[in-house]
Amino acid sequence: MQPAASRFDGGLALDDEAAISNNHLQGDGQQDKARQSNRGSEGRVRGEQEQVTRGHGGTRGHTHVPEPGENSQSAGEWKEREEEEEELKYGAQHVIKVFIPVSLCMLVVVATVSSVTFYTEKGAYLLYTPFHEESQSIGDKVYDALRNALILLCVVVVLTIVLILLYKKRCYKIIHGWLLMSSLLLLFIFTIMYMMELLRGYNIGIDWITVSICVWNFGVMGMVSIHWHGPLRLQQAYLIFIASLMSLMFIKYLPEYTLWMVLAVISIWDLIAVLSPKGPLRILVETAQERNEPIFPALIYSSNIMYSTLGMAEPDGNLASSRSRGRQPVQDDTATVGDAPVEGQAGVQRDGDTTRRRMVENGHVAVETVDGDSGFTEEWALHRDERALRRREQVNSHVRHHPPNVEYPQPHPRDLAAEEEEERGVKLGLGDFIFYSVLVGKASSYGDWNTTIACFIAILIGLCLTLIMLAIFKKALPALPISIAFGLIFYFSTSLLVVPFTEQLASEQFYI
Amino acid sequence: MTIAQFFGCALIAFGPPISMFAITIATNPIRTIMLVASSFFWLLALLFSSILYSAVTQLNNALVFGVVFSVLCQELFRFLWFLLIQKAEGGLRKVSDGNLQIVENKHILAYVSGLGFGMISGAFSLVNVLADVTGPGTIGLKGDPHNFVVASAFTSLAFIMLHVFWGILFVNAIHRRAYLQLAYVVLCHLLASCITLMNPAYSVTIPTVWILTILSGVLAFIVAGGSPRTIKAAFSGHSRILQVTTSDGSNPTGNEGM
Repeated sequence: MQPAASRFDGGLALDDEAAISNNHLQGDGQQDKARQSNRGSEGRVRGEQEQVTRGHGGTRGHTHVPEPGENSQSAGEWKEREEEEEELKYGAQHVIKVFIPVSLCMLVVVATVSSVTFYTEKGAYLLYTPFHEESQSIGDKVYDALRNALILLCVVVVLTIVLILLYKKRCYKIIHGWLLMSSLLLLFIFTIMYMMELLRGYNIGIDWITVSICVWNFGVMGMVSIHWHGPLRLQQAYLIFIASLMSLMFIKYLPEYTLWMVLAVISIWDLIAVLSPKGPLRILVETAQERNEPIFPALIYSSNIMYSTLGMAEPDGNLASSRSRGRQPVQDDTATVGDAPVEGQAGVQRDGDTTRRRMVENGHVAVETVDGDSGFTEEWALHRDERALRRREQVNSHVRHHPPNVEYPQPHPRDLAAEEEEERGVKLGLGDFIFYSVLVGKASSYGDWNTTIACFIAILIGLCLTLIMLAIFKKALPALPISIAFGLIFYFSTSLLVVPFTEQLASEQFYI
Repeated sequence: MTIAQFFGCALIAFGPPISMFAITIATNPIRTIMLVASSFFWLLALLFSSILYSAVTQLNNALVFGVVFSVLCQELFRFLWFLLIQKAEGGLRKVSDGNLQIVENKHILAYVSGLGFGMISGAFSLVNVLADVTGPGTIGLKGDPHNFVVASAFTSLAFIMLHVFWGILFVNAIHRRAYLQLAYVVLCHLLASCITLMNPAYSVTIPTVWILTILSGVLAFIVAGGSPRTIKAAFSGHSRILQVTTSDGSNPTGNEGM
C-alpha cells in the first residue's frame, strides 16, 4: 500500500487543489446579468453599468410589460426590487437542487465509511501531514494537528495562487491539462481502489479483465461527460462521485485531529479567499466574469446546464423549453444588428470577437431568446448602444494588452439559448461537496448515527443560510464557513453532550 | 434474524413518516426546507436539555429530571419556531412562488414542522438501536426483554405521530388563543414521556401511548377542520371540494390516514 499511497500523493495535491480552489458558491444571477449586458460586446462590467443593466435584466422572463418611461430612475429602482423578488421566488427550488446532490454525496461517503472498514483504518498518511499524532496527550495531538493543517493550508494557498496566475496569463492549456490529469487520476486509479475495497469489504471476487473493462468504460465516459459533452444528469453524477471519492481519501489519509483542524482552517481560508478584495478565488470569479467565460466545469457543480457546447446542445430542446416559459425565441440578429454601428464607431475590429460571432452566425445554435416584443423601447436600444460603446472602449484597451484566446477549445455560452437555461442555476464548488462529506463521513466513522444526523442537518441549515445570503448579497459567497462552523459545533456538542443523554434514554427506552 | 429485524423495525418506525414525507412534502421545496429547519430547532432543544442533563448527572434520578426538562425545552423551542415562522411570513410569501397556500393555510406549516420535529426525534431515539441490531450481538440473552427493538420501534412511531399532532394543535392553539389546547399539548407531551419511564412494562406503556396518540390525532383532525364529510370527500377523490368547503384550512393530507 505504501508505494501506491505515495504515488497518489502527487495526484492528490492536484486534486485537492483543484477542488479547493473553487469552493465558493455563485449565484448565476449576477454572472449572467453581466453576461447578458455584455452580449454582443464582451468586456468588463463596471459597477454603475451593472446598476443600469440590472433594471433591464429584471424584465427578462417576467410577464409584465414595461412602461415606456422605464429608464427613469424610480422605475429602475422599482425594477430592481421586482427582480429581487423574482430571484427569491425561485430560491426554494434552488435550495432543493443543491440539497439533493449534497445529500447524495454525503450518502455515498457515509455508506462507504460505515460498510467498508478500509476507510477508517489508520496507518498510511498523506505526504503533507508529517506529524502523525502518535503522542498520548491531547495537547500534543492538537499541536501536531495544527502544524499539519497549516502545512496543508500552505499547499492549498500556493496551488490556488498558481492556478490564478495561470488563469490570469491565459495559460488555458496548462490549466486544462492539470484538470484533465487530476480527473483522470480520480476516475481511474481512485475508482479502481474504491472498487477493490468495496469488493473486498463485501467479499466478492471478480476477475481483473472484467474490472478493467468496467473501470475503463466508466472512466472514459466520465472524462467525456465532465470535460466535453454529456447529459447533464450524467455529468452531475460523475461530479458527485468524484467529490465523494476525494472526501473518502481525506477521511482515510488524514490523522484524526488534523482532519477537524483542516476543516476549520479551510473554511477560514475560504472566507478570506472569496471575500477579501484581493482574495484569489474572488479574482478568479471576477476574471471569469470579465472574460465572459464559465469557470472550469471540472471544478463546479451546477444545478443547471454548465458546460458550454455550441453544436450539440440540442437547440430544439432549448427552444422548446424557453418557449414553454413564455419567452419568445428569435433569430440571433439582435446582437449583430445592435452592434454593427457600434463596431463601426469604435473602429477597432477584434479578431476574437468576430471569430466567436462567426461561430454563432454559422448557425450551430442561432437561437437567442430575448423578449422580442415585450417593450425594449428605442430609447433603451439607444442607451444600450451607448453602454455598449463605453464597454467596447474599455474592452478594446483591455484587449490590446491581452490578446483574446482564439484557440480556446470551448467556445463561450454567449448568445445561446443555453444561457437562458443557465440563468437560474446555483453553482457550488466541488470543494464544498468534498468538505461537507468529509465532515459527515468522519462523524459517521465513529459509529454513532445521532452525531451523523446532527451534522447532516446542521450542514443543510448552514447551506440554506448561505443561499439566503446569496439571494441578499448577490455575489459569489464562500459556502464552507457557515456550514462547516455549524457542522463542527454540532459534531462536538452532540458527541460530547447529547450522545450520553440519548444513549441513556435509548437504553432505558425513555422517550422525550 | 438481525437483518430482517433491522428492516422490519425500521419500517415500523419510519415507514409511515417517510411515506407522509414523500407524498405531502417532498414535492414542495418550501415544505422540505421548513421540515429541515424545524428539525434543526428540535436539535437545538435537545442540545439545551443535554447541557442541563450533563450539569445535573450527579443527581439521584437525573434521567427523569432530564426527560421532564427536555419535554419543556422542546415545547419552548416549538414556540420559538412558531415565532420565527410568524416573523418570516413576509419572506415566505415571497418565496412561495405565487402559491400562497403555505402562508394562508396555517395547518400546512404546522403539519410540516410537526413532522420535522417528529422525524428527528424518532431518528434520535431509534437509529442507534437499529444500528446495533444489525451488529454481531443479539438482544435478550441475559434476561433482557427480547422484544426490546420492536417495542422501541412502535413507541418511536407513536412519538413521531404525536409530534405531528402536537404541532398542528400547538399552532392552532396560539392562533386562536385557546390556552386550554396549549396546555393540553404540553401536558400530553409530559404525560406521554412520563409513561415511557415505566418501560420495560410494554403491556402498559405501549397501549397508553397509542391511546394518547389516537386522541391527539382526532383532536388535531377536528382542529384542522376535518369532519366525516371531508374524509368521504378525500377518499372519493374530489380533493378540490375539501379545499373549498373548509376555507379555514383544509386538512393536510396524510393526516386523515390515521
